Amino acid sequence: MSMATTTVQPVERENYLNKEYGVGSWLLTTDHKRIALLYLISITFFFFIGGFFALLIRLELLTPASDLVQPDTYNKLFTMHGQVMVFFFLIPSIPAVLGNFLVPLMIGAKDLAFPRVNLLSWYLYIIGGVMMLHCMLTGGVDTGWTFYTPFSTAFSNTKVIEAGLAIFVAGFSSILTGLNFVVTIHRMRAPGMTWSRLPLFIWAHYATSIIQILGTPVIAITLVLVVAERALHLGIFDPKLGGDPLLFQHLFWFYSHPAVYIMILPSMGVVTEIIACFARKRIFGYSFIALSSIAIAVFGFLVWAHHMFVAGISVYAALVFSLLSYAVAVPSAVKVFNWTATLYKGSIHYDAPMLYAFGFIGLFTMGGLTGLFLAALGIDVHVTDTYFVIAHFHYIMVGGALMGYLGGMHFWWPKISGKLYPEGWARLAALIVFIGFNLTFFPQFVLGYLGMPRRYADYSHMPEFQVLNVLSTAGATVLGVGYLLPMLYFLWSMRYGKPAPDNPWNAAGLEWMTSSPPTTFNFEKEPIVTWEAYNYDELDRAHKEEVKVVG
Amino acid sequence: MSDSTVVGLHHEEQHHPELLHHFAEPQQQRDAASLGMWIFLATEVMFFGGLFCAYLIYRRLYFGDFGAASSSIKAGLGAANTAVLICSSLTVVLAIWGAQIGRRSLMIGSLVLTMLFGLTFLGIKGVEYKEKFDEHHVPGASFSFDHVPIPGHPDQYANPRHAQIFFSLYFIMTGLHALHMIIGLGLFAWLLFMARKGRFTPEYYTPLDVGGLYWHFVDIVWIYLFPLLYLIDRHP
Amino acid sequence: MSEHSKSSPLKTYLAVWGSLLLGTFITYKVAFIDLGRFNAAVALTIATIKALIVALFFMHLRHAHEKLLKLVVISTIFFLFILLVLSMADYGTRTWS
Repeated sequence: MSMATTTVQPVERENYLNKEYGVGSWLLTTDHKRIALLYLISITFFFFIGGFFALLIRLELLTPASDLVQPDTYNKLFTMHGQVMVFFFLIPSIPAVLGNFLVPLMIGAKDLAFPRVNLLSWYLYIIGGVMMLHCMLTGGVDTGWTFYTPFSTAFSNTKVIEAGLAIFVAGFSSILTGLNFVVTIHRMRAPGMTWSRLPLFIWAHYATSIIQILGTPVIAITLVLVVAERALHLGIFDPKLGGDPLLFQHLFWFYSHPAVYIMILPSMGVVTEIIACFARKRIFGYSFIALSSIAIAVFGFLVWAHHMFVAGISVYAALVFSLLSYAVAVPSAVKVFNWTATLYKGSIHYDAPMLYAFGFIGLFTMGGLTGLFLAALGIDVHVTDTYFVIAHFHYIMVGGALMGYLGGMHFWWPKISGKLYPEGWARLAALIVFIGFNLTFFPQFVLGYLGMPRRYADYSHMPEFQVLNVLSTAGATVLGVGYLLPMLYFLWSMRYGKPAPDNPWNAAGLEWMTSSPPTTFNFEKEPIVTWEAYNYDELDRAHKEEVKVVG
Repeated sequence: MSDSTVVGLHHEEQHHPELLHHFAEPQQQRDAASLGMWIFLATEVMFFGGLFCAYLIYRRLYFGDFGAASSSIKAGLGAANTAVLICSSLTVVLAIWGAQIGRRSLMIGSLVLTMLFGLTFLGIKGVEYKEKFDEHHVPGASFSFDHVPIPGHPDQYANPRHAQIFFSLYFIMTGLHALHMIIGLGLFAWLLFMARKGRFTPEYYTPLDVGGLYWHFVDIVWIYLFPLLYLIDRHP
Repeated sequence: MSEHSKSSPLKTYLAVWGSLLLGTFITYKVAFIDLGRFNAAVALTIATIKALIVALFFMHLRHAHEKLLKLVVISTIFFLFILLVLSMADYGTRTWS
C-alpha cells in the first residue's frame, strides 16, 4: 500500500470529499478534514487581502514622497495589513488547516475530541472575519496592528471598536482550536501511540495549543478594556485621566509575543516531518525537539516586554526581559541543530516540500539571530521602530512560518486532495518564493540599520533610501508571483492532477496508512501502533525501489 | 505521562446511548469532557487575570484613592453575596451527588436551589449597582467623586480621576462576573430541564459534572473579587 | 467525575461549606481591624485557602485519578503569576534610581 507507484483506480472510492455533496453538508460538517478545507479557503482569502495591503504599501514606498496615498490612508494600510495577516492568516494557518486535518490522522483517531466545537471555531473565525471586512470597507483602522493607547482609545478617528471586537471574536476561534487539540492529544491516541512515538508535528501543535489557551484570553480582555475605554472615556490607559499607556502594552504584548510562537511552532513541526521524510532518516534528537517545543511555549511567555524597551519601563525590568529573551532563543537553536544533524548523511531528495524546508532553516535562522540583536538593549535603542524590526519579523513569519505552511501544503496535498501537484512547477515556485523573499526583505535590514523608521509613508527627508526601497518592492512583486503559482496549480491539480497513491512519498506516519484522500472516519480499523516514529529504515528496507514522485 | 486513553479494539459493552461515535468508550468520553472543561476554565482564569493585573497595578499606585472608593461600596452586601455563592456551590455538589446515588429528588431540588441562590446573587448585585448609579459613581459623563476623604487621612481628599479608575475596574470586573453568572444560570436551567426528563443516571451525569465545574469557577472568582474590591482599607 | 464516591461525601461537603462560610466571616471582620500592610495579606490568604478547598473538594480535584488536571491548574496559576509579578516588577522598579 505504501508503494510509490501510481495506481489509477477505475472507480473513485468513497472518501471524505465525495461522501456527501451540497453546501449544507459542508457548512454543517463536523468532519475535521472538511473543516480544515473550510479554513483553507477562508485563510487564503484573507491572505490575499493582507497581501493586497502589502502591495499598496510597497507601491507607496517606491518613491520618497507620500504620493500614492495620504499619510492617514497609509496608516490604515499598514494597520490592516498587520491585523489581517496576524489574526486572520498566520495564527490560524497551520493549526486550523494542517493541524485540523492531520492531528486525528496522525494519532490514529476518528476525529478531534470535540467535533462540534471545531465547527464553532470556524464560524467564530468567519464572524470575526466578516466584522473585520466590514470595518475595513467602512473606513478601516489606523492605530497600527498594536492598538497602542491613548491614540486608539482617545484620539484615533477610525473604527477601532469594530476592529477590536472582530479580533476578540476571532481570538475565541483560536482558543477553542487549542483546547480541542490538547484534549484530543491526551485522550484520543490509538493503542500503542505513546507520547514518545508521536510525530513531532503533534508535539509542536500541543505546545502551540498551550499558548493559544493561556495567552489569547489576555488579549481578549485587553481589547474589551480598549473598547470600554474608547466608548466610555474611562481613563484606564489615558494619562490625562490617571491611566498608564504602558499597562495596555504589558497586557497586549503578554499575548502578542507568545502569539509569534503560535505562528512559528506549527511551522517547525511541519519542517521536522518534511526533513525526516526527504532525508530518509529518523529525526536526530527526538526528545530534544519535542521538549524544545514545550520550552519555547513556556519561555515565550516570559519575554514580552522586549517590545517595550524604549517605551518607559524601568531599566531593571528591561534587563530582566533582555536576559530572558536570550534564553528563549536556545530551544529554537536546538531545533536547528537537530535538523542539521538529521540531514547529515541522509539521503536527500529535493522535492518541493524539501526546498521549502531548506528555505525555512536558512531564513528562520537569520530571523532568529536578528532577534538576538534586538534583544540587546544597546542595539535595540537604535533599531527599534525601524525597518530592521520589520525585516526581523518578516524573516520569521514569512521566511519561516509561511514557507513551512507552503511546504506542508505541498507535502500533504496528495493526502488532502487525492491528487498529485505538478512537481516541476512546484520547485520553480519554491525558488521564486525564496528569491523574491530575500529581495524583498534583506534590503529592509539595511534600511533599518541606516535609520529608516517604520510606518512612514514619506521618507523624503532621506531620499537615499529610495534605491533599497525599490529593490524591496521589486522583490515583493516576484514574491507575489511565487505565491500565486501554488494557488493556480493546486486548483489545477484538483481537476487534472494524477490521482495520488496512499503514500506517494513513502513517508512514515499513520496519516500515510490511509487512503488518499481518507474516508470520513479515517481508518477502517483502529490502528495499533507497535513501531517508533520516523521508521524510515524499515520503510526503505521494505520497499527496495527509490522514492519516485510522479508529477 | 500516563492518562486514561482507551485501549482495546473490541468491546462487548452495549453501546451506551450517550456515547458519541468518535469515542470508543464512555470513560474516554467522560475524561475528554472533564479535561475540556478544566482547560476552558484555564482560559477563563487568564481572561479575568488580565483584569486582576490592571487592578493590582492601579491599587498599588493609587492606594489611598482606591481605599476611598472601595469604602463607598457596602462590604456587608459583598459578604452576603459571598455567602450566597458559597451556598450555591454546596447545592451544586449535592445535585451531582444526587445523580451519582440515583436520588432524583435530591438532584432536582439542589439544582433548583442553586438557581435560586444565583438569582439572589444577581438581585443583590442589582441593588449595589443601583446604589452606585444613584451616587454618581458610574464612570462616564455623570461621574463625580468630590470631597471624599482618604481612609486614615481625613484631611486629604481622594483624586476623582483615580477613583473613576477604581469604579471602571469595579464595574468591568463585577459586570463580567455577573455575565458569567447569567450564563451559568442559563446552563443550569438547561441542566434542570434535562434532569427532569430523566437524562441523568448514576452511569451518565457528565453535563452536571461539567456544569458544576463552571459554577464553582465563577464562585472562586468572586472569592477573590470580594476582598480585593470591597475590603481595601476599612480600618481608619 | 467518574468517581463513585468516597464513603460519606456529604460530611466532607458540609465541612467544606462550613469552612467557606467561616472564612468569609473572618475575612469580613478582620478587615475592620487595623493590621497595616497585613490586612491585604490576611484577606488574600484566606481567599486562597477558600479557593483551594473549593477546587480540591467541590471540584473533585483531590480525587482526580491522574495528575493531568492538577498540572493544568498549576500551569495556569503559574502563568497568571508571571503576568502579575513581571508587570508589577516593572511598576515597582520604575522609581529606583
